[in-house]
Amino acid sequence: MLVVDRDGGIVDLNDVARTLLPGVARGDRLHDAVPGWLTEAHRLLARGPQESAPGHRSGSLGDRVFDAHPTASDDGDVVWWLVDDTDRRLAREALRSEQERTGILAEVSSALLSSLNVTRCMELTAHMAADHLADAAVVIAPAQGRRHPLTYACKDGAVLQANRVIDPATVPGLAEALRGFPPVPTRWINPDDIPPWAVPAGFAGPLGSVIVTPLPGHGVPAGALMLLRSSTERAFSEGEEIFARLFAARAGAALSAARMYAEQADITATLMRELLPPTLTQVHGVEYAGSYRPARDNERVGGDFYDVHPGTDPSHESLVVLGDVAGKGLEAAVLTGKIRNTLHALLPLAGDHEQMLNLLNSALLTSHHTRFATLVLASALRRAGRVHLRLTSAGHPPPLVVRRNGTVEEVATRGTLVGAMPSVIAETTETVLAPGETCLLYTDGITEARGGPMGGELFGDRRLRQALSECGGLPAEAVVERVQMLAAQWIGGGRHDDMATVAVSAPKSGALRVVNGDVPIDGSEIWHRRKG
Amino acid sequence: MTAAPPAPRTRPEDGPQLSSVRERLWEAVLDGDEYAAVDVVLGARDAGLDEETLLLDVIGAVQQRVGVEWAADRISVAQEHATTAINERAVAALSGAGRRPGARPRGRVTVTCVDGEWHALPARLVAEVLRLRGWQVDYLGAQTPTPHLIAHVHRTNPAAVLLSSSLPTRLPTAHAAITACQAVGMPVMAGGAAFGEGGRYARLLGADHWARDARDAADLLEGGTAQPYTSVSRQAVDDLPHLADQEYTMVARSRPRLVKQTLADLEDRFPAMAAYDDAQRERTAEDIAHIVDFLAAALYVDDARLFAGFLTWTADILAARGVPVHSLALGLDVLSRQLHDFPRSSSLLEQGASALAGHRPGSPAAGPGSGA
Repeated sequence: MLVVDRDGGIVDLNDVARTLLPGVARGDRLHDAVPGWLTEAHRLLARGPQESAPGHRSGSLGDRVFDAHPTASDDGDVVWWLVDDTDRRLAREALRSEQERTGILAEVSSALLSSLNVTRCMELTAHMAADHLADAAVVIAPAQGRRHPLTYACKDGAVLQANRVIDPATVPGLAEALRGFPPVPTRWINPDDIPPWAVPAGFAGPLGSVIVTPLPGHGVPAGALMLLRSSTERAFSEGEEIFARLFAARAGAALSAARMYAEQADITATLMRELLPPTLTQVHGVEYAGSYRPARDNERVGGDFYDVHPGTDPSHESLVVLGDVAGKGLEAAVLTGKIRNTLHALLPLAGDHEQMLNLLNSALLTSHHTRFATLVLASALRRAGRVHLRLTSAGHPPPLVVRRNGTVEEVATRGTLVGAMPSVIAETTETVLAPGETCLLYTDGITEARGGPMGGELFGDRRLRQALSECGGLPAEAVVERVQMLAAQWIGGGRHDDMATVAVSAPKSGALRVVNGDVPIDGSEIWHRRKG
Repeated sequence: MTAAPPAPRTRPEDGPQLSSVRERLWEAVLDGDEYAAVDVVLGARDAGLDEETLLLDVIGAVQQRVGVEWAADRISVAQEHATTAINERAVAALSGAGRRPGARPRGRVTVTCVDGEWHALPARLVAEVLRLRGWQVDYLGAQTPTPHLIAHVHRTNPAAVLLSSSLPTRLPTAHAAITACQAVGMPVMAGGAAFGEGGRYARLLGADHWARDARDAADLLEGGTAQPYTSVSRQAVDDLPHLADQEYTMVARSRPRLVKQTLADLEDRFPAMAAYDDAQRERTAEDIAHIVDFLAAALYVDDARLFAGFLTWTADILAARGVPVHSLALGLDVLSRQLHDFPRSSSLLEQGASALAGHRPGSPAAGPGSGA
């Protein structure tokens, strides 16, 4: 407490005030004794009408912060009550910075969680670290081969990525951080020890302070984060270092998740490649087109399958297979792989479809799979512009043939399914396609598609035949696309089974030509020319 | 990404040579002769026509004409599939040439169609043009389910996703794809007739960019589509607050019931319909289902122009086929009786009916989006 007269003379002060303002005594001038903010507050108060003066002022005395509350006494003196506000302010400041950091961490987490791509996670980590923690940041990923993927970011600058051969031992603590073991704390590093590769291009000014912190992963280290500040900025505080660790923990977890996803996705893609339906094109003068839509949108494979095995030369039949394994999804797809491989091995026996089906049947019966399958085999050979087909159905919907004039015929072949009974009985039927005619093999996912304008109705044979009757003379791709599109539109947004279609067509133009050559030649000539 | 502008642009190369190539390709395509089509395209390239012009001003223009000819009932829908297949082969014959001389290597982008979109050629042309200009392009094709698109984005981290859609009824699905891409921090460029005149629905659905055509898409990409470092997670209703009234949901979900009831009401009011055979009844049901689909799309974007544009386009299509257009107005009337409790639907149907009444049938555009 301090009593000051109208003219700024100190009238009295209590013991606490004496401790606070050592050497100040009664009669001293206020402006000699206290900092400017308090002198100014007193001057304003003494001059103006009291109502307009602010209720209290605040400022520092020594290393503490005080609120000053004035009380005017009747004789014109002012009593200044000084209340120590330091701790409350510190707490408020701590709270504000804590809130800010929590906000940053939430932003960091949601940004990192959104991506499962390793490169992007490293970009995000470097970018946000440079924005929130330092002037620049470098993310060092574990080596791939001899090179380390490095991601550089400067505050407000672009993110750059590079793969470089570096020696982690040249940065103190980096090798340990990358190994993830033994556990290392964040390291302060002497800026003079930083090799040139570790400084982002475009980093302004000499280095002031640098810390390295590990990016902890799931069991394996996700890399290390290096934070750099220029010498014009203050060094990292202990609080900032703790915050950097929290940041690194989140970034490391996200990077590990992304890396794990990438590895899993690679494995899946590799395994899936064998199960995906092949892309079909023209083989030995016969046009093939296929289309496949799995039952579930998030899957790429299912229980339907098809293949075209080209004949050894244009004078030998090519074999088309289309089938449907009971069940859906990956499990069914695995069995389709087995059937496709078995049939591939049985190709030399394709001259007798029934025998081939029986061999496949035995193979399926002795396997641990309990599922059965239906399929159609079609052997195709082009002779004098016409395609000769031998077709055999094993418990499968019979193929349909559309003639040039739009007539749709069902191929009269029937047989029993494979993988259920000790033997297969099947009947092979022959037909010939004139130029512009198409034979369609399809699975029951097409005809049993439910939907339509009024919902719940089957697409059915009638609509399939109707659709095909408009497809006389169309290229194989157009037939397949038309059928799949109509079935898909019929279904609308509803559920459906796997749907597969393969079209086998006799090309419309009589002569067969090489795509970018201009000499019309027959398929057999291509063969001879290749051999020659 | 409409591949070709409705009116051919005046370009330096757009002389008699170009129109003759276009005419020869049109004839080959109409003939279903893929070899002739491929010969026309490769011959023109060897004669010095550059690939981008061939893709956009020849193949794209021919494809545009296919749509117009179908709308005018001069070719069948099956023929449309055939011509598209031939055009695809012509594109395939041109591709694989690598980037054009002088184009510098650029980043990686993904080009895809909205799920349920079968018109893949415009997106294919965009993909090929971007390749020529130096981009590494992943072309996912027609009918790409959104989960596949997102899995692809996670695996490849492209600079942007280019999303193509021609049918306005796919707009809700397009919206889902846009928000899904942005939630993983990927900028989206939308294109195609579905997104409306001037790309108004692309903006409405929150796409980062809208491209008028393939060249515009390539130019925009060259200008840079900075990948945002923040991802945007939002729900459909955040972009489109009018969805809160649930009218879209209701109409989309009760489509089969609405179609069935409308058909029954029409039969009550017009005894002549009782004589319809199954095929005729089915065709009528499909027409009503179309009306309901476009009504739902218009409810989704809350824009009467979308619905009215569809109705006047349909009127032109019907007129071209000699089908009386008044059946369309009757269908609207019956439908509006069922939906009288729904203010936005009622208003759309009313505005649609008056647009139809004031419409004088003309030659139809290629699609319900492209004529608007």
